[in-house]
Amino acid sequence: MSTFWSLWIIVLTVGSIIASWWLIWATGRMRNPDEADEETTGHEWDGIREYNNPMPRWWVNLFYLTIIFSVGYLILYPGLGNFAGVLGWTQEGQYEDEVAEFEERMEPLFSGFREMELTELAEDETALAHGRAVFGNFCATCHGSDARGARGFPNLRDAQWQWGSTPEDILHSIKHGREGVMPGWGDQLGDRGVTETAVYVQQLAGRSADPMLARAGQRHYQQLCASCHGPEGRGMVQLGAPDLTNNLWVYGSSFEAISNAIRNGLHGAMPGHEPIIGEDRSRLVAAYVLSMMEEVPESGNSED
Amino acid sequence: MSAQGVPYNNKVVMQFAVATIVWGVVSMTVGVLIAAQLIWPALNFDTAWLTYGRLRPLHTNAAIFAFGGSALFATSYWVVQRTSGVPLFMPKLAAFTFWGWQAVIVLAAISLPAGITMGKEYAELEWPIAILIAVVWISYGVVFFGTIATRKIRHIYVANWFYAAFIITVAVLHIVNNAVIPVSLTESYPIYSGAVDAMVQWWYGHNAVGFFLTAGFLGMMYYFIPKQADRPIYSYRLSIVHFWALIAIYMWAGPHHLHYTALPDWAQSLGMVFSLMLLAPSWGGMINGIMTLSGAWYKLRTDPILKFMIVALSFYGMATFEGPMMSIKTVNALSHYTDWTIGHVHAGTLGWVGFISIGAMYFLIPRVFEAPRMYSIRAMDLHFWIATIGIVLYIAAMWIAGVMQGLMWRATNEDGTLTYTFVESLSATYPYYMVRLLGGILYLAGMFIMVWNVYKTWQVGAGRIEAPDEQGLPAPAAS
Repeated sequence: MSTFWSLWIIVLTVGSIIASWWLIWATGRMRNPDEADEETTGHEWDGIREYNNPMPRWWVNLFYLTIIFSVGYLILYPGLGNFAGVLGWTQEGQYEDEVAEFEERMEPLFSGFREMELTELAEDETALAHGRAVFGNFCATCHGSDARGARGFPNLRDAQWQWGSTPEDILHSIKHGREGVMPGWGDQLGDRGVTETAVYVQQLAGRSADPMLARAGQRHYQQLCASCHGPEGRGMVQLGAPDLTNNLWVYGSSFEAISNAIRNGLHGAMPGHEPIIGEDRSRLVAAYVLSMMEEVPESGNSED
Repeated sequence: MSAQGVPYNNKVVMQFAVATIVWGVVSMTVGVLIAAQLIWPALNFDTAWLTYGRLRPLHTNAAIFAFGGSALFATSYWVVQRTSGVPLFMPKLAAFTFWGWQAVIVLAAISLPAGITMGKEYAELEWPIAILIAVVWISYGVVFFGTIATRKIRHIYVANWFYAAFIITVAVLHIVNNAVIPVSLTESYPIYSGAVDAMVQWWYGHNAVGFFLTAGFLGMMYYFIPKQADRPIYSYRLSIVHFWALIAIYMWAGPHHLHYTALPDWAQSLGMVFSLMLLAPSWGGMINGIMTLSGAWYKLRTDPILKFMIVALSFYGMATFEGPMMSIKTVNALSHYTDWTIGHVHAGTLGWVGFISIGAMYFLIPRVFEAPRMYSIRAMDLHFWIATIGIVLYIAAMWIAGVMQGLMWRATNEDGTLTYTFVESLSATYPYYMVRLLGGILYLAGMFIMVWNVYKTWQVGAGRIEAPDEQGLPAPAAS
């Protein structure tokens, strides 16, 4: 803020405060107009007259008190333009102080977990309790409080681990986030091609499918899909391309949902949480996720 | 009807008085509906224009500008004529303000449910309607100040100071906050951006409270309380101090709506300290009103109009104590974004604005309908009690809910994680939402009693039925 505007604010503020003080003081000394009788001001409107009682003492003092408090506050805290206040307080500073105080308080709580492997943490009741709390605050919004996900948000308790299921993979997902993109193939395939491919994908998942359509779909699949999902449909962890053979679906299992994915593509993103929760809590929540894994994923996510 | 042979314009007063009651019922009915929607979301019937997001601004606009606004027009037109000793300046323009204001209300009632909004709280109406408001408001100013200018009584009565401050300031606030660039008939963008836009909005927003909902209604208080109590105003010099202090200091209070935001620290601090300095000036009006009754306290036993007005002042005092407290940063950190704010606002609107307006309407209705008195004094009494219980239930429920939400949202476990999810705080609030709904229903029920009573009074005035032989208030003096 330029010096001019700073002075502008100071003059207006201080002027208003002084004017308020003067107003109480001067009115308190005011005498009744000359024409007044003893009791009222002598004015009358539609039968209404007015007394001129003195202002209640407690009220006047209350007014003075709030003014004195305000002046004190404006000396201590920022308010008068560029004058930062004697205490040097800022809201950013308050935030940083609170964060630092928090980190210090958490240090003894977290330091013991740093030496432990994620797999050890996943067996440790205390670590899991903290992990569950972090999960409830930051992960449950999308993945659900039971971690079973929702359409578009992976179920963390099934065998589908498109970005890998090792402790390191999971910690990486949490800390740095993931972004999966599948292009839409509607233009290349046409309606019939989309249908055929979707039927083949159903067959890959071990579901009953029309063999004629599936055979046609297989050709499309090998041409367009295999480069990411693999020639056998086992997926590819590096790209986050899901295994299509395990009949587990992030975006829905219906024929309609599958066709839609093939036609229009998909785009999923999970934000990285390291900047938000830091390393310690990322590891605790990773351990919690590991502890919930109900079945060991099959070979579906191998890197073939 | 006239005193001392002055042909006062009662027609526009009568029109606005009836509009006050009609819009009161409408706005409070919408309020009850959205209070119920917070408990049973299915009550939006999967219909876009019945959803909470569209009806909530309709409720606030109808309550403030349709109900409160009509009450201010009605009473200011009544008061300025009698305290100036002349009829309204430019009566045709006064008639235009009535029809123009009703047109604004109807347009609001159509455009807000249709989802047409500027998205600024209490300033949602899009630019074509905002222009109509400005035209009506300037006409209002011409009528009011024209009447003052042609007055026969040398001194300007204190009620008129407050009405004058209200009219001038609302014009300035409205025009500055509605400075937008239109892109179509139903869409526009503010000329301000970012934190400046937020500051302009809350400079407007808080002064809408300070001048629309406070100064204007203090004008009402300064006429109707001494008139109904038949006592002189308590203290002239108190009215001078609290008037000038109130209008000078209110202007600064807006930033307390933006604590701990992108607004610079210095602006937040100024908003807070001026809000604190606002406590005494606000209470000045309450003291002057309540002390006017000294020597006539017994009238409170029998006169429901005075009951409404004195309880209005009590809620005014409560809300204007609560406001400065909530503007303190550490308190605000707890109260902001919770239902405490909703409770605070309704202590002001249901308690102060609602009750002072209802009292003034009970004063005006028999006079503009030329009936000897309200048809039923007992119904006024019933209205008073049922509405008072309604407000107490409403604000007590919101106080508890708000403090509870604030505490739940900030509660943390030993590892720094939040103890409660948002949904847990919501489900804990349901019992209080029920109590609030009940309070709202009681307040609305009181309005229906009023509608019946006003209708009967009109019938008496029109000579269709006989006034009942009910003891209570004396017949109003011819005025």
